[in-house]
Amino acid sequence: MTVPPFPGAPPFDLAIIGAGVVGCAIFREFTLAGLSTVLIERGADILSGASKANSALLHTGFDAIPGSLEAALVREGHARYLALHRPLGLPLIESGAIVVAWNEADRAALPGILARAHENGVPDARMLSPEEVRAREPHLAADQQGGVWVPGEAIIDPWSAPLAYVHQALAHGGTLLRQAAVTGGEAGPEGWRLATSQGPVQARVVVNCAGLQGDLVEAIARPSPFAIRPRKGQFVVLDKTASRLASAIILPVPNERTKGVVIARTAFGNLLVGPTAEEQEEREAATVELAALEALLAQGRRMIPALADEPVTTTYAGLRPATQFKDYQIEALPERRWITVGGIRSTGLTGSLGIAAHLARLYVRHFGPLTPLPEPRWTPVPNLAESAPRPWQQPGRDEVVCHCEMVTRAEILAALEGSLPAGDLGGLKRRTRCMMGRCQGFYCTRRLMALAAGRLPGLVQPAPVQEAG
Amino acid sequence: MRDAIIIGAGPAGLSAARILAGAGRDVLVLERNPEPGGLPRFCGHLGWGMLDFHRLWTGPAYARALVQAAGRAEIRTGASVTALLPGGGVEVSLPEGIQRLQARAVLLAAGIREMPRGARLLSGTRPWGVVSTGAFQEMVYAGGVVPFRHPVVVGTELVSFSALLTARHAGIRPLVMIEENDRITARRPGDWVARHLLGVPVRLGTKLLAIEGQGRVEAVRLAHAGGEERLACDGVILSGRFVPEATLARAGHLTVDPATGGPLVDSAWRCSDPAFFAAGNVLRSVEHSGAAALEGRAAAHAMLRALAGELPSPDAAVPVTPGGALRYVYPQRLLPGAAPLRLYARAAAEHRGRLRVLADGRLVHERRLHALPERRLTLTLPAGALQGVAALSVDLA
Repeated sequence: MTVPPFPGAPPFDLAIIGAGVVGCAIFREFTLAGLSTVLIERGADILSGASKANSALLHTGFDAIPGSLEAALVREGHARYLALHRPLGLPLIESGAIVVAWNEADRAALPGILARAHENGVPDARMLSPEEVRAREPHLAADQQGGVWVPGEAIIDPWSAPLAYVHQALAHGGTLLRQAAVTGGEAGPEGWRLATSQGPVQARVVVNCAGLQGDLVEAIARPSPFAIRPRKGQFVVLDKTASRLASAIILPVPNERTKGVVIARTAFGNLLVGPTAEEQEEREAATVELAALEALLAQGRRMIPALADEPVTTTYAGLRPATQFKDYQIEALPERRWITVGGIRSTGLTGSLGIAAHLARLYVRHFGPLTPLPEPRWTPVPNLAESAPRPWQQPGRDEVVCHCEMVTRAEILAALEGSLPAGDLGGLKRRTRCMMGRCQGFYCTRRLMALAAGRLPGLVQPAPVQEAG
Repeated sequence: MRDAIIIGAGPAGLSAARILAGAGRDVLVLERNPEPGGLPRFCGHLGWGMLDFHRLWTGPAYARALVQAAGRAEIRTGASVTALLPGGGVEVSLPEGIQRLQARAVLLAAGIREMPRGARLLSGTRPWGVVSTGAFQEMVYAGGVVPFRHPVVVGTELVSFSALLTARHAGIRPLVMIEENDRITARRPGDWVARHLLGVPVRLGTKLLAIEGQGRVEAVRLAHAGGEERLACDGVILSGRFVPEATLARAGHLTVDPATGGPLVDSAWRCSDPAFFAAGNVLRSVEHSGAAALEGRAAAHAMLRALAGELPSPDAAVPVTPGGALRYVYPQRLLPGAAPLRLYARAAAEHRGRLRVLADGRLVHERRLHALPERRLTLTLPAGALQGVAALSVDLA
């Protein structure tokens, strides 16, 4: 169900505020645990905030702070993804990662990185000599000084995973409200009455996983113990021809503030260079900037010189909901019937399934028992990754609309229909890859607009004319 | 096995098909779009057919004429070529499935596209309403869609003026046309046409700094000698800055010239694998469709010679390299022979100087010229100029 509940409807067991990857995983968790659950999203589609732009990696947690909640939940999330990805139709590119040393100080840091990996329960991490790194990654610049090999780090599809979680929840009776901004709430003896832009929603327990708005939403329940300090990450996506230049994920030796600039293939066959890490006040808009993009490219070429000949496909920027704390901010407030999930920074894609399991445990401890559905159905999503067959490769395929990413008309129409149709152009692109390739819509925009006409508001006709002076 | 497969049914590919089919050869043209004709299909204003048909047509009329002239050549639409295989193999995705085809000669004529905002590393947000001229023309002429009312047009190449004509056709009033350089890139009097016939001011020495807007474009930030400025608008047309659609060459086994961005060819339009030929805008920055068509014809004549076993061995070719202020020169390898040879080049930026040809370091030709950005420089070498020469260089000093 994706329409607002009618007035007087019985309250939901659980309302989740925010359909980022964390909210989507929690939605799936509690729906399959037998609760009546509503996922409330202010955007036109899921993944409208921090989760729409990340580095698309499945982390092992090898570099997390040992003993932190983040370390535990990333590890659990990683394990759960490995168990769930096949039945949900999600890709897993088992590339592994190498933390590469580029100077004496980096090299001196490697044993500590390895020791921390082992402490974090990643026993298969091990040192690589410069020769071993060269054998694995012949395109790396010749002055690399060895590294730490982390075989469990992997590449996944950051958009299809949360989409799959929501699909499975919807198939088991979950409710998704989109374009529903939560504007306030009142706590009563039975739970919460949330005010949303689509009308009131009643729920016995509320989960705040509002990401970049997390502290503002938290203020509905209490003065927020954390403040969101958006951290911007810019990325450059290089042409698919560049993906042959790196096999593993190439990580730098991290510093205090950031994991540094990563080079990684994507599930779609491109090569990603990023992110930057820039603190900003603005919560809504993440801009790309020429100087930062050029600096990323320069850093990429420093590590892999052959990147100089590879064209840029596109650039993007995302915001991470960092706080003044390093760790995840997760807390159950039983007397307020509220669960806080804040400060999920760059590891949310991996951590989400671990966070969902953690929340289920908190719920049982503080709010009541859960009765998981006996045999949940699997609702696999269409494959977008190059590691598995795609519709254009099948006999009897429909017309190819997007030639760069080989997206068929049938895939586009399917993404505009069903239980969770694309809510905006970004949602359509994330569901199908259309317009995401080399030409960025030079060849397919009009055809796409014709297919989406009337279904994606704001796509075709311009806003009311405003005479600019 | 076919005599020839042509990849791309635009001006170059269809012109080649016309020659090959006219010579009685068995030709298959593979086109990924639902209909043949290439980019002119969506240029509804006049300006096509002059070089090759000696007529003045709209783009769609020209596209129809090209298809008709291709005569008996088989044109297969909805056919996406996904890989080139050594020795003349072509992997193609057809509605009925993926097939591997083979021909004695294959022509790559996949055309060109404009550089999108990401590849330009443009700053700002990423709202809806930033489009290439190509996408804009298709929206207007094929879809009857008005994507914005008051866009800013970035660039002053020939295609940028085509964007203005397209805008006028759709009742769209661009606010301004901007150009980074101090003169327009297209031949004059483009700026006069823009200002007086189309009512769009042209601002030179003006750079697009950033795009603003969340859902849709709300403004652009511009930089010029006087400083920075915010201009409210509801769209951006990123025109020109063409890049060859040479992915099949880049991703496959053919050698690509990093300077042109297209496959390296010899003076018989032959690629590094002699079973493959290339012609038209897939070779380098954009030329007018008529020039692409004439290259398609010339490549087809070379393919006929290859099919008859009359083409000299590629091993005989002399390499040509660009130097000085030249961005590129092609063909990149020249076959010595009885006929004069033509070389095409472009300068990296506006430049007054001497265009020099050096054979093994020895000056054999020199002329003064004033090179302009995105303008083709043509150079003819007399027959025999390559006699005993190991390497040629062309530079702009």
